[in-house]
Amino acid sequence: MKGGGERPVPFRGGGFEARRSRLLPPAALAGLVLVWHVAVAGGLANPLFLPSPVSVAAALWELAQSGALAVHLAASVGRVVTGWAIGTALGLAVGLAIGIVSAARAVGMPLVSALFPIPKIAILPLFILWFGIGEPSKVATIAAGVFFPTVIAAVGGVDQVPRSLIRMGQSFGMPVAAIVWRIVVPGALPIVLSGFRITVAIAVILVVAAEMIGADEGLGAFVLMAGNLMRTDQLLAGVVVLSALGLAGAGLISFAERLLLRWR
Amino acid sequence: MELLLEGVSHAYGDLPVLEGIDLTVRDGEILCLIGPSGSGKSTLLAIMGGLLRPSGGRVATRGAPPDGCLNPLTYVFQDFALLPWRTVAGNVALALEHHRLPRGERRSRVGNALAAMGLGEFAGAFPRQLSGGMRQRVGIARALVVRPAVLLLDEPLSALDAQTRDLLTEEFLTLWRRERTTAVLVTHNLAEALRLGDRVAVLSRRPGRLREILTVDVPRDERSRPERAGRLAEMSAHLWSLLRTEAQAADRELADRR
Repeated sequence: MKGGGERPVPFRGGGFEARRSRLLPPAALAGLVLVWHVAVAGGLANPLFLPSPVSVAAALWELAQSGALAVHLAASVGRVVTGWAIGTALGLAVGLAIGIVSAARAVGMPLVSALFPIPKIAILPLFILWFGIGEPSKVATIAAGVFFPTVIAAVGGVDQVPRSLIRMGQSFGMPVAAIVWRIVVPGALPIVLSGFRITVAIAVILVVAAEMIGADEGLGAFVLMAGNLMRTDQLLAGVVVLSALGLAGAGLISFAERLLLRWR
Repeated sequence: MELLLEGVSHAYGDLPVLEGIDLTVRDGEILCLIGPSGSGKSTLLAIMGGLLRPSGGRVATRGAPPDGCLNPLTYVFQDFALLPWRTVAGNVALALEHHRLPRGERRSRVGNALAAMGLGEFAGAFPRQLSGGMRQRVGIARALVVRPAVLLLDEPLSALDAQTRDLLTEEFLTLWRRERTTAVLVTHNLAEALRLGDRVAVLSRRPGRLREILTVDVPRDERSRPERAGRLAEMSAHLWSLLRTEAQAADRELADRR
């Protein structure tokens, strides 16, 4: 090099590294609430259209006191849990079959690709005709919404189980059922669990939509009713509860991941 | 137990990889399979253990497996093929779980296999926590736990560094002397073949044919002695001359294909 003098090598790595922060996530949420409060208190937003966080909290407290929250929450949670469980069970069974059996893949994948993009709300009226206006049609909507992403996650999970592990199982004379249960299923689990994150959110979205179409109880029905009565504080209180419901679901999945994927 | 191959040939689609292999693996010997890359060594090993159906010919065993043998033809894999979600003990136990065994026997088999490979204190560790050498020790322990009649080793040391390879070679020999299990070892390392093998079978380039079977006429225990180095070097030079022409031709063939 010309000049020939010593020059320190400048550091240019760094950046892009994932660093964990304990403080930032709650601070971001608190910041959002603060901006919201200041906007309403400062007269930037009409409290009728955007009630302040304080009045939303008050509405939430009132709902909790009166017992209405418990009724609506219980109805929604019941539907989410039932619908999600049915959709997940069927989705896993079909997804494993498609992942393992070539014939099932040839039949199943085109069907899944054709049916997955249909918005499940669009066929809710059909479900109402089939199953009646009561619980089964709502549960069926959620199950249908959960089913397809679960199938796709399960197929993807099975596909990424290394072939060498399956060969190893065969080389020890393991029966097919043992290979599926001890090698394929645990190998597919990481992708299946990340699929659960998506399906839990889908279940919450669909329960609200289904309850808005025909229900007396449930958070969706409550939010719709509050909107019709211009009770925006109650409406947002319902939305906060829905968000909390989704967060709780995600928390459960994280817990399951920590428990089941300890080996990673 | 002996392993007999008669007229084994194999093709992947139109591409013939093995042709007319006649070979007998004798009871209690270590047979090393060497050949240039693409000579079908691993394909042949997969055929020997029934993991691959040959396009032609047949494979048979002769003789009774040892007492308590649960899986006569047992593989050790180059990439270890360990289940990452199972502990060391769990990976070894996997080979037993589909057999009806009394709980006590299962435990003692796993314990003995782990102890034989010096894995006792790692029983609860996960594969990702282990070095490559330790992972292959788990792979070997899993093979030992079923008391195999024939061990089929598919480049078991190729993924390891040189020092670990030497260590594991010696460990394997110590273990092997106890049971004298029939073994077929696929390798591309001449020194390894001449250290371990009773015989070394050389495959030609694609389609793989048996070029020569060399009997290593130095007793295994004397192979590390300096006065035997000359004879071993001669054999190594001979094998290398066989391999080199094949390897060069194979290399050029691949270059032409692109």
